Amino acid sequence: MATLDSKIPSGPLADKWRKHKVDMKLVNPANKRKYEVIVVGAGLAGSSAASSLADLGYKVKCFVFHDSPRRAHSIAAQGGINAAKNYQNDGDSVHRLFYDTIKGGDYRAREANVHRLAEVSANIIDQCVAQGVPFAREYGGLLANRSFGGAQVSRTFYARGQTGQQLLLGAYSALSRTVGQGLVELHPNSEMLDLVVVNGHAKGIIVRNLKTGAITRHAADAVILATGGYGNVFNLSTYARQSNATAIWRAYKRGACMANPCYTQIHPTCIPVSGDYQSKLTLMSESLRNDGRIWAPKKKDDAKKDPNTIAEADRDYFLERLYPSFGNLAPRDIASRAAKRVCDEGRGAGASGLGVYLDFSDAIKRLGENGVRERYGNLFAIYHEITAESGYKTPMRIYPAVHYTMGGLWVDYNLMSNVPGLFVLGEANFSDHGANRLGASALMQGLADGYFVIPYTVGDYLAGQKAGSRPSIDSAEFKAAAENVTGMSQRFLGTKGKQPVSHFHKRLGKIMWDHCGMARTKEGLESALQKLPALREEFHATVNVLGSGDTLNQSLEQAGRVADFIELGELMCRDALTREESCGGHFREEHQYPDGECKRDDEQFGHVAAWEFQGKDKTPLRNVEPLNYEFVKMSVRNYK
Amino acid sequence: MVAASTPPSLSVTLRVWRQAGPKTLGQFKDYAAKDLNPNMSFLEMLDVVNDGLTIKGEEPIAFAHDCREGICGTCSLTINGKPHGPGRAIATCQTYLRSFRDGDIIVVEPFRAAAFPLVKDLVVDRTSFDQIMQAGGFITARAGSAPEANGLPIAKGVADLAMDAAQCIGCGACVAACKNASAMLFVSAKVGHLGLLPQGQAERDRRVLAMVHTMDEAGFGSCTNQYECSAACPKTISHDFIARLNRDYLGATLRRAFQPEAATTDGGGA
Ligand SMILES: Cc1cc2nc3c(=O)[nH]c(=O)nc-3n(C[C@H](O)[C@H](O)[C@H](O)COP(=O)(O)OP(=O)(O)OC[C@H]3O[C@@H](n4cnc5c(N)ncnc54)[C@H](O)[C@@H]3O)c2cc1C
Ligand code: FES
Repeated sequence: MATLDSKIPSGPLADKWRKHKVDMKLVNPANKRKYEVIVVGAGLAGSSAASSLADLGYKVKCFVFHDSPRRAHSIAAQGGINAAKNYQNDGDSVHRLFYDTIKGGDYRAREANVHRLAEVSANIIDQCVAQGVPFAREYGGLLANRSFGGAQVSRTFYARGQTGQQLLLGAYSALSRTVGQGLVELHPNSEMLDLVVVNGHAKGIIVRNLKTGAITRHAADAVILATGGYGNVFNLSTYARQSNATAIWRAYKRGACMANPCYTQIHPTCIPVSGDYQSKLTLMSESLRNDGRIWAPKKKDDAKKDPNTIAEADRDYFLERLYPSFGNLAPRDIASRAAKRVCDEGRGAGASGLGVYLDFSDAIKRLGENGVRERYGNLFAIYHEITAESGYKTPMRIYPAVHYTMGGLWVDYNLMSNVPGLFVLGEANFSDHGANRLGASALMQGLADGYFVIPYTVGDYLAGQKAGSRPSIDSAEFKAAAENVTGMSQRFLGTKGKQPVSHFHKRLGKIMWDHCGMARTKEGLESALQKLPALREEFHATVNVLGSGDTLNQSLEQAGRVADFIELGELMCRDALTREESCGGHFREEHQYPDGECKRDDEQFGHVAAWEFQGKDKTPLRNVEPLNYEFVKMSVRNYK
Repeated sequence: MVAASTPPSLSVTLRVWRQAGPKTLGQFKDYAAKDLNPNMSFLEMLDVVNDGLTIKGEEPIAFAHDCREGICGTCSLTINGKPHGPGRAIATCQTYLRSFRDGDIIVVEPFRAAAFPLVKDLVVDRTSFDQIMQAGGFITARAGSAPEANGLPIAKGVADLAMDAAQCIGCGACVAACKNASAMLFVSAKVGHLGLLPQGQAERDRRVLAMVHTMDEAGFGSCTNQYECSAACPKTISHDFIARLNRDYLGATLRRAFQPEAATTDGGGA
């Protein structure tokens, strides 16, 4: 049974982080060079962590499977990043951002973590501006803001529709500087395939060079995973195609607990699926809901009609109708389910019936087409490229799609997992978003973790480790882990079955979307738990991975990732089945109010479920970390 | 279907560059791609072709891709002689089959340049771009040292222009399009972005000198102002930034010649 000590500091909420920073142990500057830290991943979380730790004086090695750190999936974030600057004078504050995030997460996040996130949010904007991130500005030269879902203030900073790109390029520039200065050793094209645990502590990783196939061992005093989310379990999602769960899954199999894996976010505004060849779903940023109005035909008979011919009186602006105070800016889980319900009633638009309209005609009347283009031009261009339709002339057609995973490896307040020395940052951990993440909060969390949390907390751990006590890479643990990795590759290459890896990924995705997607039921999850082990066996018996292990081999890379996705999918279903309540992105049809809203059960499930690996073919153990709400009252979320 | 009406399907012949590794010889090979939905993306077509190859027991075509929405800069195919294919202002992954006609023969090659050595089939190594960035593509600002963000107003026009340059996705199409395989558009975009901003002034000279020097070392060619680069750029980064880079470089070189301190001691880089 894993020990789950959240290590939340005592004292008033607003003083916890300040006090903790004073209480933590320090490593003296001359000793820092003696400690080596491995950072896996260089998205917002990883690159900010790697450069900050290097600037402090630690020896840092950074590994990414991408050919360059600049290509991490963070690059694709569109809409913006939240911060409690209150530049709009509209009543924002650290407390309000904290409260919105806790409530947005449907009271399933830790209060202390979320408060710290809100506290450091303002520093992030300062940091990014100092690095040259070209945020949008007003004519007076000061920073501009927009609104995002789940908030009634304007606190989102943005750089056109490419905020993630600009923030990542900022963090990448800091990483590049430290690489150039010789402070960080960068390993691109390098995929971590196992975690090495020595005497119960994380002390290294096993890596495959994707260009040459070489397997290498790397020892360190601490290992940081910042490897992103696992939404590609669903195959079709808004994630980049290469995003995967391998790093966290292999760490799970080495003893790190996986927390709340069933908490996935389905984003309401994505371009609908068009065919079975489809490889990804494209997001239409939430920022569009600032000016676009979402509607569906009132009458089923109108569903197939040209939307421009449907009279105003025959349109149902369902978010405005159901949630008058938040309207089109209702949080994502709520907006997605509302769209699903409308389509389930047969009022969905398009040939598939899976779509609702996002309409800019009022905004165009108000701002002019150019005004709309100025705000969202690149998003309209993306829509046009994919659908060959103009969002200026006809309402866009959108449908919910998998977008983010709130679950992830369990971490304490210091962002350390239950395996000492293993830290987890960014989307890969579970800590800040509860059961639903608010828009523009993932970028905030990634940079908070990397720039402002880990530089303090890693020192607290390292101060307790003797400098120079890293195990040798020739030790038995390293050897065993390396053999594990080589063995896996050999098995995939030796199977010589019939079907390409993609075949299994598609089938996995369908099972997950049907049974563990926007709406879940006991029967559905149970049937998924029958289908998934069968799929896993079939995959290992009949997958066809051609080529060899000692060159670039994209099928081999995919095989390992899909093998992990299938296992993780099973754990997600198990988690969803056990959580007999609805909260945030986890909606169990059995647990709802008559109006279709989530019915939580705080008595039974006001806790974090942290799953612990028990060995192949054994049922994992469900550990529980109670959520103690000391400062906010858990209540029914109301956006009406 | 997403598109209002579904056009008829099409079949094409792909003439694809196959090369097992950096040290082996490569050659074109033809593949038939049949009954394709015109709403399919070019990369989705390659997925389908690759699955077919795998089932037949032939190693699939290696090609680089990730975000599939034109922002990560990973995809890098030269299609019918044009980096990123026939469309303007888009990356390979944003190319859809409706840009082609039934019966077309489509030639697919990697981005070719001396500074982008080939890894396998259609995949090249663009580490040289990272090296240029490591030499100077940054503003030194350690975490924790930043002043209040609104303490430094920046005129909207300046911020917008900096953003135009900052949009570069680092794909390398500019290099592949240039007959000299020059990286000037890439370098000028970063030098322009950071050099326009007040925060970027302290390291301005040092930055441009270091980046241009590293670019030359990495084996990129020189710019002869043909502007094929801007035409191929998926983010339509303007070649005006190259003119700006040349001015910056000249100024920094002169300052260094006459006032060695000024161009070398500012900034905190390597
Ligand atoms: C389309 C889209 C739009 C979004 N828009 C917004 C938005 O507007 N605002 C917002 O706040 N959030 C947004 N998000 C969410 C946000 O972008 C992500 O949650 C966040 O960027 C994740 O950052 P990260 O650093 O945790 O991971 P990532 O950016 O995913 O980086 C993962 C890194 O880990 C590396 N890696 C992974 N596995 C391995 C391995 N085994 N070995 C070696 N390296 C590995 C990768 O190479 C990469 O460098 C959006 C997400 C999507 C999909
Ligand atoms: S795959 Fe990311 S830009 Fe094309």
